[in-house]
Amino acid sequence: MKDFPYTESKDTRSGFGAGLHELGKTNPNVVALCADLTGSLKMDAFKKDFPERFFQVGIAEANMIGLAAGMTIGGKIPFTGTFANFSTGRVYDQIRQSVAYSGKNVKICASHAGLTLGEDGATHQILEDVGMMRMLPHMTVINPCDFNQTKAATIAIAEYDGPVYLRFGRPVVPNFTPADQKFEIGKAVILNEGADVSIFATGHLVWKAILAGKLLAEQGIDAEIINIHTIKPLDEEAVLASVSKTRCVVTAEEHQLNGGLGDSIAQLLARKIPLPIEMVGVNDSFGESATPDQLMEKYGLNEAAIVNAVQTVMARK
Amino acid sequence: MNPFNKNKVELTTIAAQVRRDILRMVHAVNSGHPGGSLGCTEFFVSLYFKIMDHDPKFNMSGANEDIFFLSNGHISPVWYSVLARSGYFEVSELATFRKLNSRLQGHPATHEHLPGIRIASGSLGQGLSVAIGAAQAKKLNGDDKLVYVLMGDGELDEGQIWEAAMYAPHHKVDNLIATVDYNGQQIDGPTDAIMNLGNLRAKWESFGWKVLNCTDGNNFDELLPVLEEAKSLTGQGQPIIILMNTQMGFGVDFMMGSHKWHGVAPNDAQLQEALLQLKEAQDDY
Repeated sequence: MKDFPYTESKDTRSGFGAGLHELGKTNPNVVALCADLTGSLKMDAFKKDFPERFFQVGIAEANMIGLAAGMTIGGKIPFTGTFANFSTGRVYDQIRQSVAYSGKNVKICASHAGLTLGEDGATHQILEDVGMMRMLPHMTVINPCDFNQTKAATIAIAEYDGPVYLRFGRPVVPNFTPADQKFEIGKAVILNEGADVSIFATGHLVWKAILAGKLLAEQGIDAEIINIHTIKPLDEEAVLASVSKTRCVVTAEEHQLNGGLGDSIAQLLARKIPLPIEMVGVNDSFGESATPDQLMEKYGLNEAAIVNAVQTVMARK
Repeated sequence: MNPFNKNKVELTTIAAQVRRDILRMVHAVNSGHPGGSLGCTEFFVSLYFKIMDHDPKFNMSGANEDIFFLSNGHISPVWYSVLARSGYFEVSELATFRKLNSRLQGHPATHEHLPGIRIASGSLGQGLSVAIGAAQAKKLNGDDKLVYVLMGDGELDEGQIWEAAMYAPHHKVDNLIATVDYNGQQIDGPTDAIMNLGNLRAKWESFGWKVLNCTDGNNFDELLPVLEEAKSLTGQGQPIIILMNTQMGFGVDFMMGSHKWHGVAPNDAQLQEALLQLKEAQDDY
């Protein structure tokens, strides 16, 4: 099992803020819209240095999506910012008609996704957003794993012409991916090559998968760990190449089992290479108030849950 | 750039032809929305043949030209007819309305790349936000042309309209002319009975808009001066909205003033009876 050294832990939302600020300097067409959560989304630096390109919308997310769609017509590249819950479920119809169906170049940037929002509780802990965005034709769905990767993804999606859902979060997590990485949309990242099981993880669960890999190595299990930062389009080639070797699969995500990464990979495998698969995620439940770590343990989204899933799936080989 | 500066006689002639197109389009597929389309015919003809500085050699960005958005997308027949008649695409293509593999979807869409359409609409309440965004992009680009948007009055039930209504004055979006098709009807009946709009003028004024009334949007003598006044008031720090009284179904006596023809197509006999009331002016497609 490879080692993944890191010198600092940071929140992925700060990676977004840093990437957006960088874009402000390099791409004059990038504009930012925020629904009264500028500080939470770490958009302050962009707002301060590029005030003419920052649009405060107030607590009016539907209007924000429509404004962004309209701005693309004049060649702008709008980045909208609010919590993941209000970025998706609240405005699904606006995204569907004015952005996805209309093929508009809007970047829907969503923070505080999943259980790691913590104490605010289930009203804010959306666990269905990836599913909703995945179902939309023409929508790209990205869920990076740490600060550096979120920054790189933010910069990369400005270069891509089309609607994107970029999902990130609030907790501080190890910042272990390279600062100079080139983010390739739709290209899975093989973190550790292994022969016994393929672990496909996304977002905050990538680091948990690395921790699980170390525990599995102590048990003599050689896990292949792959970071699926782009959930749609799925890197089918990388998934199929890995499972052809390992012959069993565990998926891990901070999302409902319904509609998420696991669903996507299971669908692919069912059509191409039917193999045992176990899924780590939230099983048809809302969240609740507690610390992020307490919630990730209670809802089975930590390294122990991944280790259990690996043991189960290997027994089914 | 504007090749369209028709006089009133010409506009009246075009309007009759557009009404024939609307009726024949919805009749051919026994579906679509003739009522609001007929009621807004003078408005569309005025915009595309007189008021707007626009280019039928369609460019999605709409840079350095006036652009129009239709929020109440169900009145697509009138828009398609006016786009075709002003040269955006062949008039014969109107015959494909709502048929398989057509660019003329039931509600306007962009992915078929129909010239003149810049965003999908149909799910109500979204067009004002889009128009405001497009207007702000024009300002960022140093483009001094205008953005027009039409909404239905029933559509004002939607909350997003009022989010946008609050936003535009706050951000001084003064290169925008919105219009409400104030025909007093929605699908289930009169707006007064379904969801009373109250004092619309006071509502928009209190949000910070410059409000103009058009007492008869089916009369060019009433409509054109209001549209010209609206243009003259742009660039003064305030968004502009026109409350335009129209009659649903205008131009066909048995369709006028009733919500019954909101989303119902005429049968063969009704079509013939309606066409007798409208003179063919530029050849039916």
